[in-house]
Amino acid sequence: MKHATRRTVGAALTSLTGLAALLIVAMLALILLDVLRGGAGHVTWEFLSQPPSDGMMRGGIFPALYGTAALTLLMTLAVMPVGVLTAVYLHEYAPPDSRLARWVRVAVVNLAGVPSIVFGLFGLGFFIHFVGGGMDRAMGYQTMHWAQPSILWASLTLAVLTLPVVIVSTEEALRAVPLDHRTASLALGATQSQTLMRVVLPGALPGILTGAVLAVSRGAGEVAPILFTGAAYFLPDLPTSLNSQFMHLGYHTYVLATQSPDIEATRPLLYATVLVLLMLTFALNLVAVIIRTRTRRRSANAH
Amino acid sequence: MQQSLAETVVVPQLSPTARRRQLREKAIAGIITVMAFTGIAALVLIIVFVAKEALALFTDAHAREEASFSKMFLPQVARQGRPPTFTWQPVSSIPKVSMIPLFIGTLKTTLVSMLVAVPLGVAGALFAAEFAPRRLREFLKPIIELLAGIPSVVLGFFALMVLATFLQDTFGFTYRLNAVVAGLGLALAIVPVIFTVAEDALTAVPRSYREASLALGATPWETAWKVVLPAAAPGILAACVLGFGRAIGETMIILMASGNAAIVSPSLGDSVRSLSATIAAEMGEVVVGSPHYSLLFFIGVELFIFTFVLNMVASSWTKKVLKRLTGGAS
Repeated sequence: MKHATRRTVGAALTSLTGLAALLIVAMLALILLDVLRGGAGHVTWEFLSQPPSDGMMRGGIFPALYGTAALTLLMTLAVMPVGVLTAVYLHEYAPPDSRLARWVRVAVVNLAGVPSIVFGLFGLGFFIHFVGGGMDRAMGYQTMHWAQPSILWASLTLAVLTLPVVIVSTEEALRAVPLDHRTASLALGATQSQTLMRVVLPGALPGILTGAVLAVSRGAGEVAPILFTGAAYFLPDLPTSLNSQFMHLGYHTYVLATQSPDIEATRPLLYATVLVLLMLTFALNLVAVIIRTRTRRRSANAH
Repeated sequence: MQQSLAETVVVPQLSPTARRRQLREKAIAGIITVMAFTGIAALVLIIVFVAKEALALFTDAHAREEASFSKMFLPQVARQGRPPTFTWQPVSSIPKVSMIPLFIGTLKTTLVSMLVAVPLGVAGALFAAEFAPRRLREFLKPIIELLAGIPSVVLGFFALMVLATFLQDTFGFTYRLNAVVAGLGLALAIVPVIFTVAEDALTAVPRSYREASLALGATPWETAWKVVLPAAAPGILAACVLGFGRAIGETMIILMASGNAAIVSPSLGDSVRSLSATIAAEMGEVVVGSPHYSLLFFIGVELFIFTFVLNMVASSWTKKVLKRLTGGAS
């Protein structure tokens, strides 16, 4: 090939792939702009602090905000200890070429790929009917007390769903703690668990927090798993106990978008709800990115 | 690795404090190891409990009659004197439970999304890994991460409210919600998956490959196209397979933007109903323990198996690329 042709082909390939990258960025910008344009004017303090009224044609989203927050809080409480300890096992305790560790990794990879709706089925079959039903029988309730959709079962379902996120990011965080720190601690006579508690985990804390934030952002946005494990269409009261149902931002969006009798009338509410949900997840992701780049820079400086 | 260090450092002593300390260490290690089983346990419990609820299709006589395999997969005569059809209409005086429309619907949306997302994702990754200046690349990656962070219900909303109207105005679809709208919405969800995995595979190619190619007089694009891309090929294929698996399992986008009509037709302009959206739409109203209920769990088992196989394939290919590159270079 002649030199000129080669240059042309190169330029064409570069601009073509660049165009693809640009298109991806453009799609994100388009979504953001549309949601901002449609919702920005309607996100007021009243919208955030009032319950929906007039059959969801007016009012705000306070119960959905509250429900989403409570749900993700419970989920985080459930997933963090398990996820962090699993990662600690994989990176600190598992013998090299351990078979168990390999199986755990395979399970984590596959868990990350299971469709979210299947998690919903799992929550229904396992948590609600098996565990909840078992608890009702054990406690002798005549009516269904635990064997029904509730915030507890929904958050545990989400905890299983976000487990891979926590494990993977915690392992990455553990990897970033220099080996020297561990050897130094052990050389001073500390035991392995003392090293873990006083040296390794504190060193990995920012990365572990990143994992928690990512899990929260993922869990807060998932709707499919909570469709039949606890989310409710409309509730006059906030959830007060572990076995009550709850309203949820994502589910609220789904309901407003697909089941509204008058879509033109609910459009502003819908856009405002989406804007809140989007800002929430973006803010969480941004926090994760900031923590991560900070720790990367710090560990890069340490070497 | 750390354990072997600990073992060489902690010399066994016989004092009671030391022994107690050793015992405590063993207990802690034991607890941590037990915790590590949770991931495996979760995966096993998922398949066991989803399959358990679907089991009635094989054991319960009533369910076996109402939703047998032939009724699920072969054409059925719905009304006397009419030609046999594939119909999904599980709530009716005579339930019709053919899964074929659901398979077709799932394939149609997946096809559209892959046709859009694979070229975009792979080309974008190639750009980020090979051609983009470092600054631009550092900017591009968080943007894609942001796109990956958008909840699928928001993408579904966007497809339903904006894409659907735009596409109908532009292409004149008969049905406002159809396979193309849902597929494009889906593409938004899987582009970040394909981009991230493909970019990882491309950046894993050792610099020495590129330097050797450039030293032989190849231009940067020749290097990218003929050296880096082939070297990373299994990883890029893995990215596509992962995207495919995500597209099959994705629920909210299709539920909101596909129209949810179980129609057997080749046209992409028709409304479709996917496997995942069927579960989401029908599980709320179904009678617990009925054949219909078991059927929905059976769909869950199918989805689990599809995505499980795809994941195993993808992860073995990703490993292959790493092994080939690191093994070959060092």
